[in-house]
Amino acid sequence: MLPVFSVVAVALQPAGEVWRHLAATVLTDYVINTLLLMLGVGAGALLIGVPAAWLTSIHDFPGRRIFEWALLLPMAMPAYIIAYTYTGLLDFAGPVQTLLRETFDWTRHDYWFPQVRSLPGAIVMLALVLYPYVYLLARTAFLDQSATVTEVSRSLGAGPWRRFFTVGLPLARPSLIAGVSLVQMEALADYGTVQYFGVNTFTTGIFRVWFGMGDSTAAAQLATLLLMFVFVLLVLERVSRRQARFHHAGGRHYRPPRLVLRGYAGGLAVAACLIPLLFGFLLPAGVLATWAARTAPRVVDERFLQLVTNSLLLALGAALLALLLALLLGYGQRLRPHPLVRLAVRGAGMGYAVPGTVIAIGVMLPFAAIDRTVDGWAREWLGISTGLLLSGTLIAVIFAYCARFLAVALHSVDAGLTRIRPSMDDAARSLGVTPRAVLWRVHIPILRGSLLTALLLVFVDVLKELPATLILRPFNFNTLAVRAYELAADERLADSASFALAIVLAGVGPVILLSRAIGRARPGYDPVP
Amino acid sequence: MTPFLDLLDIDLAYPPRRVVEDLSLRMSCAGIGCLLGPSGCGKTTLLRAIAGFEPVRRGSIRLEGVELSRPDWSLPPERRRIGMMFQDLALFPHLTVTDNIAFGLRNWTAEERRARVRDLLRLIGLEDLAKRYPHQISGGQQQRVALARALAPRPRLLLLDEPFSSLDVTLREGLAREVRAILLQEGTGGLLVSHDQFEAFAFADEIGVLDEGRLLQWDSAYNLYHRPVDRFVANFIGQGVLLVGRVGEGGSVDTELGRIHGEPPAGCAPGALVEVLVRPDDVVHDDASPLRAEIVERVFRGAEFLYTLKLSSGARLLCLTPSHHNHAPGQCIGIRLDIDHLVVFRRGDDDGRGHKVPV
Repeated sequence: MLPVFSVVAVALQPAGEVWRHLAATVLTDYVINTLLLMLGVGAGALLIGVPAAWLTSIHDFPGRRIFEWALLLPMAMPAYIIAYTYTGLLDFAGPVQTLLRETFDWTRHDYWFPQVRSLPGAIVMLALVLYPYVYLLARTAFLDQSATVTEVSRSLGAGPWRRFFTVGLPLARPSLIAGVSLVQMEALADYGTVQYFGVNTFTTGIFRVWFGMGDSTAAAQLATLLLMFVFVLLVLERVSRRQARFHHAGGRHYRPPRLVLRGYAGGLAVAACLIPLLFGFLLPAGVLATWAARTAPRVVDERFLQLVTNSLLLALGAALLALLLALLLGYGQRLRPHPLVRLAVRGAGMGYAVPGTVIAIGVMLPFAAIDRTVDGWAREWLGISTGLLLSGTLIAVIFAYCARFLAVALHSVDAGLTRIRPSMDDAARSLGVTPRAVLWRVHIPILRGSLLTALLLVFVDVLKELPATLILRPFNFNTLAVRAYELAADERLADSASFALAIVLAGVGPVILLSRAIGRARPGYDPVP
Repeated sequence: MTPFLDLLDIDLAYPPRRVVEDLSLRMSCAGIGCLLGPSGCGKTTLLRAIAGFEPVRRGSIRLEGVELSRPDWSLPPERRRIGMMFQDLALFPHLTVTDNIAFGLRNWTAEERRARVRDLLRLIGLEDLAKRYPHQISGGQQQRVALARALAPRPRLLLLDEPFSSLDVTLREGLAREVRAILLQEGTGGLLVSHDQFEAFAFADEIGVLDEGRLLQWDSAYNLYHRPVDRFVANFIGQGVLLVGRVGEGGSVDTELGRIHGEPPAGCAPGALVEVLVRPDDVVHDDASPLRAEIVERVFRGAEFLYTLKLSSGARLLCLTPSHHNHAPGQCIGIRLDIDHLVVFRRGDDDGRGHKVPV
């Protein structure tokens, strides 16, 4: 929570010159662009995610089993990376436009082609990789809907379309709102895409003020405005999640036979699922692979390996630390349900909603202040300069990662802990096992899966993270994400592909893990063979 | 002879609430007992105190003469050699059936362990499922595994915390009888907690009725039904009504249904108003009887009918008849009382806890 407090505290300082300048010129742009981005990405994610979820959860059509999990794959694709690939593919010199020109013998002014690097472009890019959040929650909601509700509406004469609009969709509404809120939070946090596309939003604004104008107060003020957007979404998400629980009709679950779609309808269903998968993952991944194959011999050298090691070690360190903190908090909550512990858990859970840019500034400001104080003190009393102890070191980077991704670890650990009922501790003890042995023989084996999941999820999130790393990384320290961003910013898209592909490949693992988990945890799924 | 299980004057509390008060209970031999009571009566807390999970505030718990609990001291549960079967079974999800059963056999040699697990698997009839995980077997099979796991280290006493409550009624009594047979075969004492009297009857030799943290009666099922010590027990066990009567001369009570012979409660002078417990099987349908009652309600129960009758005074009565005695509601039938021992409570005397027995 420290980063959020410090940002808000700094932002409360009187507005400076830069702020007045911002307010007079670009602030309106920031607000409008950010709002448009949020709304557009939310709508796009709904449009892709809901039909896909409706089709795969209660219908059957060719490839349905594969689509069920493959539709999650775009989650592995960071938005800034998909933005690079489509730019490379669709801009004036790219293969698509070149092919068009050659085929029809056109020249530059003969045809109209949509500009990828624009606000609509950014919306499409973000929607393509963020829709899985909506898909996931909508799918769970559709699967949870009691089969009898569907059957009642059928017996009352409602056809499939009417059932979707009058029963399925309204019942799933809280889950859909929660999903869209998550998507919009991610869209707000995005820096890489909008920056690359030259769209002015809050995150790019914060960067510009921070680096370009060196005004930390104005940056904090912008960050606070951004936080207000996030806060609204957070409240929206929490409220609708709670409603989603109440909306859950309960009763006995059994799976009604899936509605089989054949011929024309089946083809449409396949298309509705294939298009997001194709454009959200297969095509960009393919493009990256092609580029990487071409440039890898040149790019993959000792420095590349150094970057990989850097990234892996950093991600692993942050993941282990986050896991440790999550375990402490989780166990604390289980053993001593103290209000303070609960508050800490709640606070840690919010970190995920705070954009990386804001976290970075929130970490930088207090750490820099501490450094200045310590340095001044050391100079005065010891006659030496301690320099930067915290800010500008890996400590700051790892701290920021933990602040942002602790929630992810906490969620997994919590889910694991709730599976260990207190009676299991008692059962073990009544079988002659001491409390410490209970930890080793019961808790850790049961938790193992959750701990690994938590570790992996944080690991990959850190690997993908861009804005916080950009702001906080020590001088001359680089990661895969940063390098991919730098190369792309230099218009060396093909060269950045190897770095990007490494990140995407690392991200595919957890997505498969996630899809396996939802495959297993189906309500009404009868484990008895 | 030292009693098998001896609870002496114990108090249990979740501060600030007292859950069990001044409770004493003695099982003389390693038989099978049951604590029966409505939910919230403190029976599970009592069981957990015997297992060593809850401290006693007062009194002591002894097993075969060895003290297990006294105020400010408690032998840890893992050293009591008392097994427990939990309401939610608490099977370890990460272990197979075999490993679950072997969990408490840490200090046995590998050979002994294998032999014990094999014997128990045969006992519960699940040899084929030894390699399955708990989520891969049915609810009834999970119950059996939980039983085998608790019995594996040969505990002296097995505590059962409503382990059958998640099963449907027919399966429940069957499994209760099966567990009883296994306990007897293993020579392990058993103490069940239940709110279901039929489960208690099927399982236990001796049953204690608890209400609001107090043990009201510790007795055989027969005596609980036929000789309840107070109104709560009379009401909780079985069906019946209380009929107003007046104490007559020489050990008898006069009621609307005639004179019943038996001892009225001490201190009831002739002429005092009392209430007599009349069970449905105490009322016999007899067409020759001059006593008539109107049928208000009829419930068919297969082998018998349960009639609700209205007497001329307006008092209600329950009557059990063989199922060929079929009469329509509204008809009047002849009845007579066949009570071989009198259960009488003083009129207006409630049981001290505000439980009014419906008449």
